[in-house]
Amino acid sequence: MAEIEIKNVAKNFGAYEALSDINLTIADQEFMVLLGASGCGKSTLLRIIAGLETASSGEVWIGGKRIDHLAPKDRGIAMVFQNYAVFPHLTVFENIGFGLRMKKLPNEVVRQRVEKVAELMHIEMLLSRYSGELSGGQRQRVAVARALAMEPDVILMDEPLSNLDALLRMEMRAELKGVLAESKTTAIYVTHDQVEAMSMADRISVMHQGKIIQADTPIQVYRNPSAKFVASFIGNPPMNFLPASRSGTKWSVAGAKFTGPETKIDILEFAVRPEDLKSADNGICATVKIVEPLGAHLLVTCTVEGHLFRVVMDSDTSLKTGQIITLAPQANRIRWFDPETALAL
Amino acid sequence: MSETSSNNGARPVGSGAKLVYVSSVVLLCAWVIVPIYFLLINTLSSPETVNSFPKSFFPEFDFGSLHFFAEFSGMITALKNSITVALLTMTMSILIGAPAGYALSRFDFVGKNLFRLLILLTRAFPLPLLALPLAVMFIQTGLDDTTFGLSLVHTTLAIPFSVLITFSLFSGIPLELEEAAWTLGCTRLSAFRKVVLPLILPGITASAIFAFVISWNEVFAAAVLTIENRTLTAFLLQNLGTSPLHLKFAGGFILVMPALIFIFAVRKYLFAMWGIANR
Repeated sequence: MAEIEIKNVAKNFGAYEALSDINLTIADQEFMVLLGASGCGKSTLLRIIAGLETASSGEVWIGGKRIDHLAPKDRGIAMVFQNYAVFPHLTVFENIGFGLRMKKLPNEVVRQRVEKVAELMHIEMLLSRYSGELSGGQRQRVAVARALAMEPDVILMDEPLSNLDALLRMEMRAELKGVLAESKTTAIYVTHDQVEAMSMADRISVMHQGKIIQADTPIQVYRNPSAKFVASFIGNPPMNFLPASRSGTKWSVAGAKFTGPETKIDILEFAVRPEDLKSADNGICATVKIVEPLGAHLLVTCTVEGHLFRVVMDSDTSLKTGQIITLAPQANRIRWFDPETALAL
Repeated sequence: MSETSSNNGARPVGSGAKLVYVSSVVLLCAWVIVPIYFLLINTLSSPETVNSFPKSFFPEFDFGSLHFFAEFSGMITALKNSITVALLTMTMSILIGAPAGYALSRFDFVGKNLFRLLILLTRAFPLPLLALPLAVMFIQTGLDDTTFGLSLVHTTLAIPFSVLITFSLFSGIPLELEEAAWTLGCTRLSAFRKVVLPLILPGITASAIFAFVISWNEVFAAAVLTIENRTLTAFLLQNLGTSPLHLKFAGGFILVMPALIFIFAVRKYLFAMWGIANR
């Protein structure tokens, strides 16, 4: 059992608050992704869990044991670094076996375990090579194999795929997901790439300015963002926002009327994903500004009463710049945000 | 040398520019090589040839002058002293300099930049200015005329270089390698021993040899602070002043050669001091 509990963790660098009041529970064998733009504190949080950084306050528990005062080596973790950190003076075999040798395991056990994970990561033919003789992707595999060989309770990954080229990244993404699921290890994975986060995670923690804004399953984060930040961060293109004002029992959005939530506030923000819009006879009137054919579909950038508004349409649609289109959102996909607190209603 | 210049210098464009470029390279090389070559020729020539004119451009391979030194009384003791002092200097400057270099590259502390400046500033004091008070102090503490006392002074001279070279070498080793070792079961110390040290060892060796050469070449402090236990430089300075020309050449040659060989062996790492190491 390696459940991770992070309680009230905060981190200050001088006057700068890198992390504030982080509370997060990660279940045993869960794949948790920390997602956020650079500088949001996701790597700092990971390093605090690893013990490479000390929290200014708060507690970190792994498997029911408080570990924030322990050295990295005593925490039952293994880490994969962004630049792989494969030791250049050791062969691939000795790299993977490094942690096992530190544990003073007998040679035979080391050999078996190294060979097992090397096979798992498809690098068994590279065992006698040095890091300088490997490609980026191979180094990445060595780094993951080295972490897996430790058979840790928790595996921590700091943007492990960000230095690979796009095609290799996609391949490794799927492979890593499979290997980690099989290893039954709890994993925390830091990334700024939302596609990576969506495709790999059991749960995503969206971070912004040192806080966790939402921690939920990928589909929940996508469909039901808890805050405007999440809605505008997740999705490519992100959600569209329009101001809505009360009009009787309904809400008026750019001239169209929608059923909204029961609330005391008089002004709301209406939000809808670009793919949840269809052209219709009545709805929101938009002026087409840019049409971008993307093959599978058409990305149309419009303006609605001066607000930017993006729509994903079928690629057979023919549209011209300046044309006025009427768009109807799918009713069950409309979300509402409080403009004051920027939280979902 | 020409390779370094062509890599780093601006590339010449026209043939006129190329001529200037080539001739300056040749001139610079000649500046260094010609005196050493003459030293070599005159060392390996008989006394008559050394004093005659015109000079020959080829050595005669007459080992008379060198042979003289081998039998010159006090020579072997002086050589032994030189090596002892240089080895002590080498050890001390690495033991003190390398941790300082590590601290500079790995930790942020108040006054870090001032500290780096101060290290360089120690080279700004002319040794003759310090020699007299040092001599007095050494006599008071009983360190005068000992190899250890002299190596202390030489260590002071060598430390700025060992700190700066090791600082640059440590900075070239990503912190992530150490962090990876920590997560794989190492303490700070064992990570240093198992990961950093093997990677840095060639550089440390180079830095040590450089300290050795600094001590080997130093003559002023050696001449002032020792009387009986003279190092080779001080010994030759004392004895060659009144010697015939061919012996001066041979003495100079004996001094220059080890330093040249050592510096040539470690040249790659000395560039590290300026942060352009070709690792």
